[in-house]
Amino acid sequence: MSSKLNPLARRPVEQRPVRVVSAHLSMRQRLRAIWDSRELLTYLVTADIKIKYKGTALGVMWSMVAPALSIGVYFLVFQVILKNGVPDYVVMLWAGMLVWTFFSAVVVNGTGIVVQRAGIVKKVAFPREILALSTVGTALVYFFLQFIVLGLLMAALGHAPAWGDFWLLPLAFLGLLLLASALGILLSAVNVYFRDMQHLVEVGIFLWFWLTPVVYSFERTVAPMLGARDLTWIYFLNPITPVVLTFQRVLYGDTVVTATTPDHAMLNVLPNWSALHYALLNGVLIAVSGAALVVAIRIFGRLQGNFAEEL
Amino acid sequence: MTFVVEVQNVDKHFRLHKQRHKSLKDRVLHPGQGSFTDLHVLQDVSFNVGAGETVGVLGRNGSGKSTLLKCICGVLQPTSGQILVRGELAGLLELGAGFQPELSGRDNIYLSASMLGLSRRKVDGLIEEIVEFSELEKFIDSPVKFFSSGMYVRLGFAVAVTANPDVLVVDEVLAVGDERFQAKCMDRIRQFQADGRTILLVSHNADQVRALCDRAVVLEKGRLVADAPAGEAVRVFREHLLGGATVSKETNQIDGGVVIESMRGSNGSFTAQTGKRFEFEVIVNSKVPVEGSFMMELYSQAGSLVVRTDPTLSPVSLSPGRQTLSVAIEDLPLLDGSYQVNLGLVSAEGNTVIAWREQIAALEVSYDGRGAGLVALRLNVH
Repeated sequence: MSSKLNPLARRPVEQRPVRVVSAHLSMRQRLRAIWDSRELLTYLVTADIKIKYKGTALGVMWSMVAPALSIGVYFLVFQVILKNGVPDYVVMLWAGMLVWTFFSAVVVNGTGIVVQRAGIVKKVAFPREILALSTVGTALVYFFLQFIVLGLLMAALGHAPAWGDFWLLPLAFLGLLLLASALGILLSAVNVYFRDMQHLVEVGIFLWFWLTPVVYSFERTVAPMLGARDLTWIYFLNPITPVVLTFQRVLYGDTVVTATTPDHAMLNVLPNWSALHYALLNGVLIAVSGAALVVAIRIFGRLQGNFAEEL
Repeated sequence: MTFVVEVQNVDKHFRLHKQRHKSLKDRVLHPGQGSFTDLHVLQDVSFNVGAGETVGVLGRNGSGKSTLLKCICGVLQPTSGQILVRGELAGLLELGAGFQPELSGRDNIYLSASMLGLSRRKVDGLIEEIVEFSELEKFIDSPVKFFSSGMYVRLGFAVAVTANPDVLVVDEVLAVGDERFQAKCMDRIRQFQADGRTILLVSHNADQVRALCDRAVVLEKGRLVADAPAGEAVRVFREHLLGGATVSKETNQIDGGVVIESMRGSNGSFTAQTGKRFEFEVIVNSKVPVEGSFMMELYSQAGSLVVRTDPTLSPVSLSPGRQTLSVAIEDLPLLDGSYQVNLGLVSAEGNTVIAWREQIAALEVSYDGRGAGLVALRLNVH
């Protein structure tokens, strides 16, 4: 059997790209290696999704079940039992859950990914950041699926988003993407040396959820309480808050609504900021998250040298 | 000359943890690093591999050869020093590493090829060849979890060699599949060589290194002790390392004190005739009494093993001092040619080497008949 590639067609030795194996690689070399492995990334993501839902009747729709169930429960508790009176509350919930599901999936699954894939880390050479990024990719697929379902739901309810502010969504999502990637990359490396991290993250992410205005309205609970003492900024130390608020602002659309409760009171559900204010918040988030990502990749680079030994 | 692989002053330390403090409780109760021993696995290793060369890496277990290879592949990072690799490198540290059991053979080809750095487009063009080489046409679309271990490694090998990397790094994986598939792998490796590609082969099988490699490096306790043509490197490996170490381990009192000094033909030369008796003497110097066996290897000029004698059939017992062993070969069954002679003393069971000499002499055999080949075969036709 003969090779179909003509050996003479190969590049001469002098012109072949040089790969350096060393404990001290520059950021540029590493980013370059990650970029070169983008195809591997897509394979890891598709393999991940294929394997997870292989042989199931619902297939990838299973990824909808968990978020849909929690949305159902929150809806039952806050709207039906506690009667918060927000019309189309489910749209608001879903908009926030969209962000949160993505973020928590990346952080929780990312933390365990290097340990989980110890087999290939010990035997095959590729930029290890790809593993953490593969959890981002997988979460991204589910994010878009849930986004589409939300779109269908809104169409069914006849609930229009704030079309004019739609441009804020990619901005907010970029910040979310950078932040989640930074945390995923950092924690996946730390978890190799410090296995408690997995459990700490699971507990932490649960607390974090309730610090984020997903199921409750920011404007009706947090803002009056903290705002009275000028402490609203504390709440915005949570970097997910601006993303969730932006998604709710754009997808839910209204800031002031008439309650569905019998008194038909006027409810301030979302802060009445201008689009520019949202853009500014997200701009800050993008800058901070971008810096965090650089730091995370740096730390990952320091820690990854011993992965194959520690696993 | 442009080098394809440049290993520059590579050091590698491992931390061998006695107690691992990986949990929060342990970290709090035992601040600091916990106890560990520092293992210096590679010490200042430097060598180069030129384009088109096949270089063997020889060493005993624990000499650091696999660590070195992992560093070259990029799975491990050297603690200091660096390695430059020019062009695409495919590392076969383990066949089928990275296969996902739930995915089909075809999907796994794409996945593992992309780990070797192949683009989808390239794999599309090669997939037929990969499937054909692995001989798994019928099963390629079923999940690899249903594959036998032989099928698994066949697929792994097929992906790696068909990837046509500039440098192929092989770690003891040539012993895969049945004999026929092994022969096919060897053919492929040789074709690789003929294509002018570079191969780095780790093995503790000296025969394989001698048969495949132009050059070999020998590692001992993390240090490079030889970088020489394959024959010479194998000599260093077998005489120096294999001999010395196993002796001191097996029978402490010997401690490498047995040396095969020389060999001489009974008629003063190393010429023999096919079908005749050939006698020779071996001078052995031993500091201690030895109960063992005598062993002889003959290699053809092409470098392939002609015979390795069964040590259990030739027991020897040596008293301390310098002495002569007389050895005779009855009806020398070799045809004309020059044969490399390796001699050794091994333990009675033939498992451990006590003393070894590589290429101690070249045996010239003359033959006046008309047969051809390596061995004299006498047929009785009725």
